[in-house]
Amino acid sequence: MIYNIPFIAVVLLILVGLATVIFKKNLIKIVIGITIIESGVNLFLITLGYRENSVAPIYTFAPSTKMVLPVPQALALTSIVIGVAVMALMLSIGVRIYRSYKTLDVRKMRRLRE
Amino acid sequence: MFTLETGSGFWNPIIWIGVIFIALLIAYVIRGFGRRDYKRDTEQTKPFLSGNVEPDKELVHLRAKNLYWGFKETLKGYYEILRKIHNGMVSDYVLWFVIIMCILFIVMGVL
Amino acid sequence: MVDIIDVLLTHGPALIIAVPLFGAFLTPLISRLNDKARNIFVIAVMGLTEFIVLLLAYDIFTTNGVHTYTFGSKQPLLTLPSGYLVPVRIIFEIDGLSIFMGIIAVTLALVASIYSWSFMRKEDGLDKYYTLLLLLTTGMLGMVSTGDMFNFFVFLEITSIASAALVAFRVNKGESQEAAFKYIVLSSIGALFVLFAVAILYGQYDALNIATLANRIRYTFLDKVALVLLVASLGMKAGIVPMHMWLPDAYGEAPASVTIAIVAATQASLYALIRMCFTLYGGITSVATIGWILIILAMASIFIGVTMALLQSDFKRMIAYAAVAEIGYMVLGIGVGLALLFSRTPYSVKAIQGGIFHIINDALDVGLLFLVAGAVFYATKERLLDRLGGLARNMRYSTIFFIIGALAVAGMPPMNGFASKLLIYESTYQVSPILAVVAILASILLLAVMVKIFHSAFMGPPLVKAADVPKTMLIAMAILAALIIFFGLFPNIVVENMVKPAADALINQATYISQVLGGV
Repeated sequence: MIYNIPFIAVVLLILVGLATVIFKKNLIKIVIGITIIESGVNLFLITLGYRENSVAPIYTFAPSTKMVLPVPQALALTSIVIGVAVMALMLSIGVRIYRSYKTLDVRKMRRLRE
Repeated sequence: MFTLETGSGFWNPIIWIGVIFIALLIAYVIRGFGRRDYKRDTEQTKPFLSGNVEPDKELVHLRAKNLYWGFKETLKGYYEILRKIHNGMVSDYVLWFVIIMCILFIVMGVL
Repeated sequence: MVDIIDVLLTHGPALIIAVPLFGAFLTPLISRLNDKARNIFVIAVMGLTEFIVLLLAYDIFTTNGVHTYTFGSKQPLLTLPSGYLVPVRIIFEIDGLSIFMGIIAVTLALVASIYSWSFMRKEDGLDKYYTLLLLLTTGMLGMVSTGDMFNFFVFLEITSIASAALVAFRVNKGESQEAAFKYIVLSSIGALFVLFAVAILYGQYDALNIATLANRIRYTFLDKVALVLLVASLGMKAGIVPMHMWLPDAYGEAPASVTIAIVAATQASLYALIRMCFTLYGGITSVATIGWILIILAMASIFIGVTMALLQSDFKRMIAYAAVAEIGYMVLGIGVGLALLFSRTPYSVKAIQGGIFHIINDALDVGLLFLVAGAVFYATKERLLDRLGGLARNMRYSTIFFIIGALAVAGMPPMNGFASKLLIYESTYQVSPILAVVAILASILLLAVMVKIFHSAFMGPPLVKAADVPKTMLIAMAILAALIIFFGLFPNIVVENMVKPAADALINQATYISQVLGGV
């Protein structure tokens, strides 16, 4: 049971992130919600590689030959870097939106409706 | 290489162009049966509006939002619903994505 | 001479990614010298990529084969190193459908860069614009050629970041920033859910390669979850109703040459949806349910896209809603093919061919219409149709191109739109007559939309001053118009040589798997 807690945490993080994006009206909070979803997915990637009673795959003279899977760690690193780039782009667009609309409320940013 | 075989028929654009050309030829021949004794650029070629003066083209040109007024008026109920849905907020766009995901989950037998 | 062609063919899959990528990194350096040198460099790089893609296409379409390329091994074709039973490196796998989408992507990007020569000449920060355009080309070509799930996620993110930055290019207007914000939020949420599905599949089968996953997949509960996540996310990126709402904003606010590149990116996401449904989950009969759902969503796309288009008063937003309706036609053809995949009726194969043929037709038609909209904006600085009028007197060539594009989008003979729509009508009629009836009515309504634009913008008294656009823009529009007329007059050449190998490559999942796993 205790080894299922990371998976439950992943589902909770993704649900909290989706709820933040859908129900919050501030632009910065929507960006933070996307970051929370990204943290959840990265946690899921890393948790997939865990093996019981194993060591990190960084040794040359390893204390035991049972190691955690290294491939999901590489995938998670790539995903974190992509997340940084996307968040930087979203925040810079948010800065320009503030300069032109004078508000960060998503309900007021509706010049492009229908 | 001109013919496209659909499963239940065929489509050949060259035959279509040939038929249209013959139709235009027939139209030109019928036009030749008209009267030739009219004077160009006089009162005979202007439109007749029961004696009124024909207004300037700039004043009577229909703008874009007035075209198809009848169609939009008939479907007013449907268009009101559609306009309310497309309200322009980013959170509603994500909400539609989550709704379709839940419907797909239910249909595929997961939930 | 034959040696060079051989080298280009063997290393082709790597070159089509490497050439635009290095061009993108060299562009800011070259733009320090001279503006003209940078423009010529960008068009040369795009031209070289187009040449390599056409060479690969000629080889794949005539031999009906699959090209693989293994990154980092001693020979490019060595997918299984000695003693291994699983492919261990990132493998690019280009079959008929991949190179078909690759031709669309690189042709539209080349036309966009030729068009930008004079369209964007007066803007600032052009070195960043051309860098982003080359990166967008890299992302699209990578998305369609890769055979690895996580690599596909990386290229998907590259494409969405580059296109969101390009949508926000005109920073002085607030509306373009708002459109770019909506686009990047939706793209990034969609891509994160794709990554979640990739992680689920990896955790179950310990493989990231699409061919290996297709070989090993058993339809467990977690696979159903992954399938739903993939279909919903890639459907949102492709613009299927009701997740289409970012599409008119992004297409309408971007500069015209950027819109034509984003059209190609949207269709690359549609390609990914097709690839996941047909090849990855191709051996499982439950995937037919997804086909029926796609048919229902496609009906909604066609109807809502066309009726919303009648409501707009902005030139580019109307054409964007027409693009949503056209995506509905493509998904309709594909959905019919998917729903009847395991009964192998002859009309389901024709439906898939119609859907795939409509992808390239729609890319050309809607692309030409967006370029004409850009030309009108360049000449008059107006985008609202209420203020335009009488442009046909001075902009003759643009009017002719608009007539060609409008007839093609509305599906009038003898243009190419009619040929692919005829295939879709005749095959979907045999599933249920309602599908074909709604599709034909929507075509007529699309003609009504085009007549509305033509009447208010091009006919009537001259209400705005306009002069015809520079030569480079006319050349770009002429390339697309020539391709439209060629595809319309010789539909059988295109269907026999390009669409049939693509559709066959899609249905025969076994060829895709055996090329990587070597017949295991």
